[in-house]
Formats: sequence, structure tokens, C-alpha cells
Amino acid sequence: MHYPLKRLLVFPLVMFGVSVFVFIAIRMVPGDAITAMLGTESGLLTPAQREALRAYFGLDQNWIIQFWHWLTGVVQGDLGLSTTFGKPVLRVILTHFPLTLELAILSMLIALGIGLPAGIFAAMRKDSAADLAVRVIVMIGQSTPNFVVGLLLIFVLSVGFGILPQMGTFVPFSEDPLRNLGQMILPALTLGTAFAAAVIRISRSAMLDILCEDYIRTARSKGIPRRRVIWCHALPNALIPVVTLSGVEFGYLLGGAVLVEQIFALPGLGRVVLDAILQRDYALVQGSVLFIAFNFMVINLLVDLAYAALDPRIRLDSN
Amino acid sequence: MTPLLSVRDLCVGFGARPEDNQVLHSVSFDLEAGETLAIVGESGSGKSVTAMAVNRLVDFGGGAILGGSINFVEADGTVSNLAEAEEAALECIRGRQIGMIFQEPMTSLNPVLTIGTQIEEIFRIHHGMSRSQARAAACHALECVRIPDAERRLTYAPHQLSGGMLQRVMIAIALAANPRLLIADEPTTALDVTIQAQIVGLLTEMQRETGTGLIFITHDIGLVAGFANRVLVMREGVAVEQGALDAVLDNPQHAYTRHLLKAVPQFSDGKSVRSDMKRDQADLQDRALAVDGLTVRFPVRAGLLRHQTGNVHAVEGISFDLYRGETLGIMGESGSGKSTAARAILDLVKPTRGEIHTARTVRDGATRPVQAVFQNPNASLNPRLTVVQLLAEPLIAMGHKIDRKAHHRMGSLLDRVGLPSNSLQRYPHEFSGGQRQRLCIARSLMLSPSILVLDEAVSSLDVSVQAHVLDLLVDLQREFGLAYLFVTHDMAVVEKIAHRIAVIYAGTIVEIGRAADVLATPKHSYTRQLISAVPSIHRRQCEFPVDTRDVPSLVRPLGWEPQLAPWVSSGDDHRFRAEVSGDVS
Amino acid sequence: MTIIAILLVTAILAEFGLMPYDPLSQDRTARLQGPSAAHLFGTDLFGRDLLSRLMTGISQSLTVSFLAVGAAALAGTVMGLTAAWFGGLWDGTVMRVMDVLLAFPAILLALLIIAIFGPGGWTSILAIAIVYTPIFTRVVRGPALSLKHREFIDAARIFGSSRRYIMVWHLSLNLVAPLMVQVTLALAWALLTEAGLSFLGLGTQPPHASLGLMLADARNLMEIAPWLLLVPALALMLSVLGFNLLGDALRDLLDPRTRRTLA
Repeated sequence: MHYPLKRLLVFPLVMFGVSVFVFIAIRMVPGDAITAMLGTESGLLTPAQREALRAYFGLDQNWIIQFWHWLTGVVQGDLGLSTTFGKPVLRVILTHFPLTLELAILSMLIALGIGLPAGIFAAMRKDSAADLAVRVIVMIGQSTPNFVVGLLLIFVLSVGFGILPQMGTFVPFSEDPLRNLGQMILPALTLGTAFAAAVIRISRSAMLDILCEDYIRTARSKGIPRRRVIWCHALPNALIPVVTLSGVEFGYLLGGAVLVEQIFALPGLGRVVLDAILQRDYALVQGSVLFIAFNFMVINLLVDLAYAALDPRIRLDSN
Repeated sequence: MTPLLSVRDLCVGFGARPEDNQVLHSVSFDLEAGETLAIVGESGSGKSVTAMAVNRLVDFGGGAILGGSINFVEADGTVSNLAEAEEAALECIRGRQIGMIFQEPMTSLNPVLTIGTQIEEIFRIHHGMSRSQARAAACHALECVRIPDAERRLTYAPHQLSGGMLQRVMIAIALAANPRLLIADEPTTALDVTIQAQIVGLLTEMQRETGTGLIFITHDIGLVAGFANRVLVMREGVAVEQGALDAVLDNPQHAYTRHLLKAVPQFSDGKSVRSDMKRDQADLQDRALAVDGLTVRFPVRAGLLRHQTGNVHAVEGISFDLYRGETLGIMGESGSGKSTAARAILDLVKPTRGEIHTARTVRDGATRPVQAVFQNPNASLNPRLTVVQLLAEPLIAMGHKIDRKAHHRMGSLLDRVGLPSNSLQRYPHEFSGGQRQRLCIARSLMLSPSILVLDEAVSSLDVSVQAHVLDLLVDLQREFGLAYLFVTHDMAVVEKIAHRIAVIYAGTIVEIGRAADVLATPKHSYTRQLISAVPSIHRRQCEFPVDTRDVPSLVRPLGWEPQLAPWVSSGDDHRFRAEVSGDVS
Repeated sequence: MTIIAILLVTAILAEFGLMPYDPLSQDRTARLQGPSAAHLFGTDLFGRDLLSRLMTGISQSLTVSFLAVGAAALAGTVMGLTAAWFGGLWDGTVMRVMDVLLAFPAILLALLIIAIFGPGGWTSILAIAIVYTPIFTRVVRGPALSLKHREFIDAARIFGSSRRYIMVWHLSLNLVAPLMVQVTLALAWALLTEAGLSFLGLGTQPPHASLGLMLADARNLMEIAPWLLLVPALALMLSVLGFNLLGDALRDLLDPRTRRTLA
């Protein structure tokens, strides 16, 4: 059986596990949804009204039945109704997702754009001053939390240059691309730096390992020019771990960068989930977490496909 | 006439300060066009470094040339000193004028590129061919090294081919640009004997056709006797002796060469087998092990539900017995099932069918009469335990206390296998390979077993160490009356230690009998093929036949029962499987 | 190494109350003072001494990280080891559960757990521990699987060694090295996660100090009192850097390839 196909078959199993986990987890949250939804007003409800509301949201049935209803809904694309937004969960997610997606793509472009060349460059000049500099930068980059990078960026810009980053209401890319990019560039940089540090680190060490491999020695013994050895023989092998890393990181970014969205006041998916958890918006938490896990697994699947394209050992391994 | 290659006073060092870490000291040699020079030495002798210094690959491994010259006559007749050449000039020489083949065919080809790509690029870079021209040339190159179905194999990735096939691909690559010099660095060490014979045959044949100079590096002095013109013996970075093949082999001047020649187990067609054990004098009381109809099959699963679609018939109906003080050599190549059979006897895999009877030893009443020593002493000793802990483990497993008596036993066994008495508190990595194998032997004797399974137990050791360990094994056998099951692929080693020999091919014993009989008068065609492939100092300038047959697949559909060919007896205690018109098995 | 030593000393000093000021006592007369001789790193909005708060903050962050990583390492090792050894159904179950946990972004999973148990120090420990358990499980299971087929395990089975003996002496002992590396690296990540959670107000609760919380407080004051932001930011970076460096050093030390050149 082909490897990606095998992964595809595990997919629904893990998705089911995720949904069970989320469903149970969210129901262990103390307090009930009605109180959380209406806040102080809930004190004004008569018991009968409360019951009616509970019945409306399906909260009066036992967990298994609730789960079943929810699951059948999910399969039909109905993730339920968000209590805080008063809108279908799917629509809430889809309005906030483009921002998250854009942020993730921008960060990845930054990370790979900086990370790959820097990593390969450092590996080729191992132990030179440039390599050392790259390694120090990587170490610092990896040790600085995203939100600290964000804070420092804002700090430098506002205190050092007196420019306040463009915050305020978020403008989608489709309405005003320039203004949108102006808003996105700082958070993307913030997320991109740590990501880039990881890419540099992985690509450097992979490249170093591969340059010691027997087949690189073979390539050299064939009189293949240095550049071709690097680009045609070493790079395809070195890309494999970079693809893994990028896939995982990208998957996480699609789950919303809660902290960075918080700092830059961006209404992304991460904040939706954070608010939903704090507000006990059951349907929204379930829906968005499921959505995020789904994305994550789709990305993983794509990574596997990329593997297969890069590495014939996986592509042709039929067992 | 200037020789093709002339190396003078070559010195090479490694590391940040190469002067302080010199591994090659003033090595000099010449090579004429069309000549074969064998560089022989044990591990760490600097023979590979010499080879890599010639085409300056040593630069990429952290080495640096400290002095000397490497004068190489290029195709246009100019002589260039490679020791001082620029990298750009070297790129034009490597591949085009100097080809190279390495030890590990499995790791020497890029796993993510197809075979075709890796051959074609030589033609495209060095000959400026177009894509389709290069493809045709690559196809032709594969055909030259006798790879069947070359057109299709070009699209294969390296992992889809066997080691022998890959080494042929490597030869095709090395010879693609028609180089004037070919360097082969232990090209057959990782391969089976029969495959080794094929590769050597191929190499010498190609060399005859193209008139290439060949530097052949090996640890096996017996192997080069078959085809080298001249021999260079190396030890610790110094060329201790060189000269014409016959002169070096028959009249060695240097003590180390003599030592090496003596230590190398030389195969002599069963003339030097042991004669210290006579079966007819032993009675049934002395029978240590009886194996009857041993069969091991592994399920092959496929499909969505992983249902069983067939079996790997690893071992099929093996029967033999083994007496006290006797050694049965189990001969076979990789994938023959010889190790699986050993593992079944050790109770590490469950036999599908068949019975294994072991006689209880009288002494000490040990409950584990079968013990083992494996091929790789590094892997069979837990690196994080001290020698005391390692030796104590079998006792603890049997519920014995580690008291003064136990320590005494450890001490005396260590002494017996020739390890210093202060070894007890040391860790395995503090010992050399040979010492580690002695440690493994001592550990296997802790429970006073009656049978020792030696699975390629000396195969990973250097020849001189190998000889000592073999001597130790023989002494221990006499002293404790041990029965040995000696699993190996090495004919020369088995000749030194076995009383009887069983030859395994594709999971079944095809021939079994007294060592002298089997080796001197082999009856089965596979045994004959094995024996003819064995290199030896006594076989000079012989022909190695190039045979492209592959080992048959052992995967069979469910419910398939093999029809084992009937036994044919050939004199006293020597029988073999009947064959249909010379076909193997 | 030095960084780690300084961190540990700081944390221990803080635990024993050896600080220039009480980290909680407010001094209205000395609000938002810059760094000076009396207050080395200045004071915050409520006139609390920043150095003292930093010390307790580091102590708090380290405690949470150590406990969380310790718990995760223990749980992960047990699960990974048993999964690798027994294989079959147990292996499948464990690994699928870990797959499910890994399908969540780390911070999201932590948020979910905190939502269940309410914010606080102990909850962050639990949250971080659960987030890292799958990682440790994988780190242990991989090498354990390959060790299982090593010849010294075969040798032990031939002697008739018990399963427990093999697991403890042969498997665990050889897993210590990769585990140590993973523990140090996980400590670095745990520090980050803890800071992130506190920053969101879901970890350590005010008025107690933690690095993340101090950053959150400083966020709105960065133009008036930049030291409030820079000091904890730098402290956090250095701590994480320390563990990362230690992890790398350990990895190099234990890597068989580098060790071979040393030997």
C-alpha cells in the first residue's frame, strides 16, 4: 500500500479521536453555558426559561446523544450555532480564517526565504565567521518567544522611531492590499523570525550530515562541479527534514498564533478560540478546534505527499 | 617511459592541525597503464587514505596533503602534480580520468536520484552529451556491466537493487568516462563471496578491455592474488613492502607481510581441516544437539486489513545433530536462512515446525545449555554496563547470587579468554574489537553451556585478531568439551574450525558431511560454486566467471509446501540434495 | 552552563526570601523609577522592586517548567517504553492517543486544559505536562524500538533475563542520553509556554510575579518605563537560551559520531 494512502486511512480515526477529546474536554469546564452566555442577565431567567434555553441548545440530553447529534451535524457541514456570535460556527470560523491563513503564509515565506539560503550557506562554510554568526543568531532567535519578539518590535518602532504600527480595525487583503500588508508585516515578521531560526538550524545540520555521506563522496569522485554537488545531490536530501519542520510549523500557525494575534490586536482564529474557551461557547470551541485539527492533519498529509515526491524510498515502498 | 601514476613521499594529515595528526608517512609507488596495484592492509593502515589522496577526495574528509607529489599522466600526455592541483583542475580529472569505486554500494549512491540520472550526468558533464545521447550511453554502460534489462533499471532508485547490482552500477559510473585510472576501495568487502567473485571478474575483464590502470584496495591479501600485478603492503600509514605479486607473496621481506600472510585464513580445498574429533568414537550419550525438520516461516502481509498473503520460507526442513566437542560449520550467503536457523535454535524465533533437542549438561546443572556469540561485539554488549555487570547478567537471570564465588568465576573466565584481570570495572568501549569479542565469549560461558552458537563470530575482526580468536575457540572447545554451531559465510574460516559442514542455500541444507569431504569433493553445484569463488593466495591470475544469476525469492503463497529434493549419499557421512540437470536447488 | 547556574542560584535565593525587597510590597512614593542604586532594575507601576519581582518570577517559571517537564518525561518514558516493548494493540492505542494530542497546536491544547481546570500555577504545570507527554513518548519509543532489535537484547534473552531486567538495564539505561537532551530542550520550550500562558493571564495570577505576567504588565507602559519590558524580556531570553545551549552541548556530547572522534 502506498504510504500517503495509508496516512489517509488513519486520518478519519484521528479526527474522530480529536472530536471525542474536544467534546469531553469542553464538557468538563466548570459552570454552564447558559450562565456564561448571558452573563449577569442569566440571574433574571425563570427556571422554565432556563430549561427552554437548555433544550434549544440541546444541553438537556445526555452526552452521548449530544455527541451523536453534533457529529452527524459535522459530517453534513453543520458545526452548530455559536452562542457568543449568534451565528453558525462555520461562518464565524470562515470569516476569521483568511487572516490566519494569510499570516501563516507570510510567515512561512519569510522563514523559508531567509532560513533556507542562510542554512545552506552556513553549512557550506562550516566553522567560518559567517557560520558562527548564523549560529549565534539562530540560537538567539530560537530562544526568544514570539510575543517577546513582537513586543520588542513594537517597542523599537514606537520608542525608537516614533512610528506606531498600524493597528485599529483590520482591513482584509481583498479590500486594500497595501493597508492590509502594512498591518500584517509586523506580526508576520514576528512569527517568521523564530520559524526562520528553526529552518536555518535544521537545514544547516541536515546539509552538514549529508555532505559527509558516501554518495556525496561518489558525486565528487565523478568530477561533478561543486555547485552541482550541492544543488543536485545534497539539496534534495536536505530538503526532507525542512519539509517536515515547515509542515508542522505551518500547521501550528494555521491554528492561530494566539499570543501574536493578541499583541497586534488581530482578529484571527487563535483569538476566536481563546475567547470561545473563556466564554464557554461550546459549539464554537468544538467547531474551531476540530477545524484546526483538520487543517493540521491536511498539512501533514501534504507533507507526506511532498516526501513521496522527494524521496523514492517512500514513493515506491509498497509495504 | 613515465608511469601513468607516480606517487612520491606522500604525507597526509587530518584535523585542524594536520602536522600533529599525520596518518600517512612518505608513501611512494608507481603504476603503469593497464597494470593492477593492490594496496593491502588492516583497518587503520592508511590504505583508503592513500587512495583518496590520489584524486584529492581526502580534502573533503578533513585531510590535507602535507608533502610529496602525485604525478599523473593525463590523456593528452601532460604530467600534472595532483598534490598541488587546484580544485577546478581536479574536477576535470575526477570522473573523466580517474574513476573510483567505494566499499558500501548501498550508501554510495544518492538515494533520491534514479540510477539513470546518476550515470547520465557523467556523460553530460564530461562529454557534453544531450539528454537523449546520455540516456543511450548510460543504457550501454549498464549493459557493459551485465545488468539485465538495462533500459528499465535506469529508472530505478538505488534501494530497489541488491548490493551486488549496485556495485555493478558503481563500476558503470566509474568507467563511464573511460578513465585512465580506476581506484577501487574495498569494492567487495560488503558483498557475498559469489558476488565478490563476479565483481572482481567484471573489474578485471573491463580493465583488460579498456587498458585502465587499477588500484585495488583490500584487507584480504588472498583476494588480490587472483589478479594483481603488484602488491603494496601498508601498516600504520607506512608502506612496509611493495613489489611484484609473486615476489611479495612467496618471498616476503618484511616481518609484517609475513605475519599477515600467516594470519590470513587460507582456503586449501579441505586439506587443513581439523582432525581432533572422530564421530565413530563418540556414542549417542555425547550428542549435544539434535535438530529435526526445522522450518521457520514469516508471514507476508499485504492489503488494507493486513491479511496474510504468503510466507517467507526462511528455513525449510533442516535436520542435523551435533556431538560434544564437535563443530558444525553452517555455510551460506546472506539471505540463505543460516542466521534464522541459528536464532531458532537459540529460541529467539519460534519455529513453524520441527524439533530441537538439547542434551542437559551434567556439570552445574545449567538450565540454558545453548549460548551464543554474535557477529558484532559492539552491538552485543550494552555500552552502558561495566564488565562486572555484563558478566553478572546471565547469573542474575538464572537466579544466582553475585557472591565471592561468582566474582571468582568471572575473574577466571576473563583470564581464560585472555583479558587482563583489571577489566572488571571497565566499560566495553575501553576494549578493542578483538577484546570485546573475547568478552562476549567469556559471558557466553558464564552459565557453563554445552553448545555455543557462533553467528559470524569472527567475521568483523581484522585477520590477525581473527586468527587469535579462532585459536582461543579451539582451545576452549577442547577444555570444556563444547559443541559449536559455527555460522559463517567465510570458507577459509570454516575450514580452520569445523569438523563437519552444512551448506545452506535458499533455506535448506543442500550438502552436509565431514569438512574434508565437503570441501575437497563438493557434490552439489552450489557448494562447488561457493568454493570456486573463494579467493586464495594459492590461486594466482585465475579467471573469475561472470554469472548474473540472482538468488531465488523465498516468498511463497499461502499453503505452499516445498518439494525438497531427495538426499543422495556420497560415501560415509556425506550427502547432498539431488539436482535436476545441473540446476541449483 | 553559567546561565543555568545563575538562574538556579537566583531561583534558590528567591525561594529563601533573600531579595533586596519584598516583591509584593508596594511603595507609592517610588513608582515607575528607572534603574538606580537603590532599585537596580527600577520599580513598577505600584512601586515594587523589579529585581525582587524578577527573582521570584524566575523561580516561579522554573518551578512550573521543571515540574511539568518532569511529569511529561516520566509519563512519556513509561508509555513509550511499554509501547515499544509490547507492541501490538497497546502500541497502537498509545500512539493513536498521542496522535490525537499532537493534532492540536501546543498552546491551544494548553488553553483547553486551563479552561477546564481554571487558570493558575498548578494548571499550567498540568497543561504543559500534557502537551509534552506525546513528544517524550515518541522520543522514547523510536530508539526503544531500534534497541529492541540490538544484539545485546538478543543476548539477554538467551540468558533468560526477565522482561523487567531487560527494560530497566538494557532499554532505559541506553535511553537516558536522548532523554536528557530532550528534557533540556523541553525545559526551554516549557519556559516559553509558561511565559505565554502567564502573558495571556492564564498562568500565574497577580499579584504574584512571573516573567510572562511582568511582560504583560509592562506592555502598556513601554513608552514611559521601557526597563519594565526589557528586563524580564531579556531574563526570559537568557533562560531559554541557557537551556537550549545546554541541550545542544549534551546532544553533541552524546552523539555517537562526535563521541567517536573524542574517543
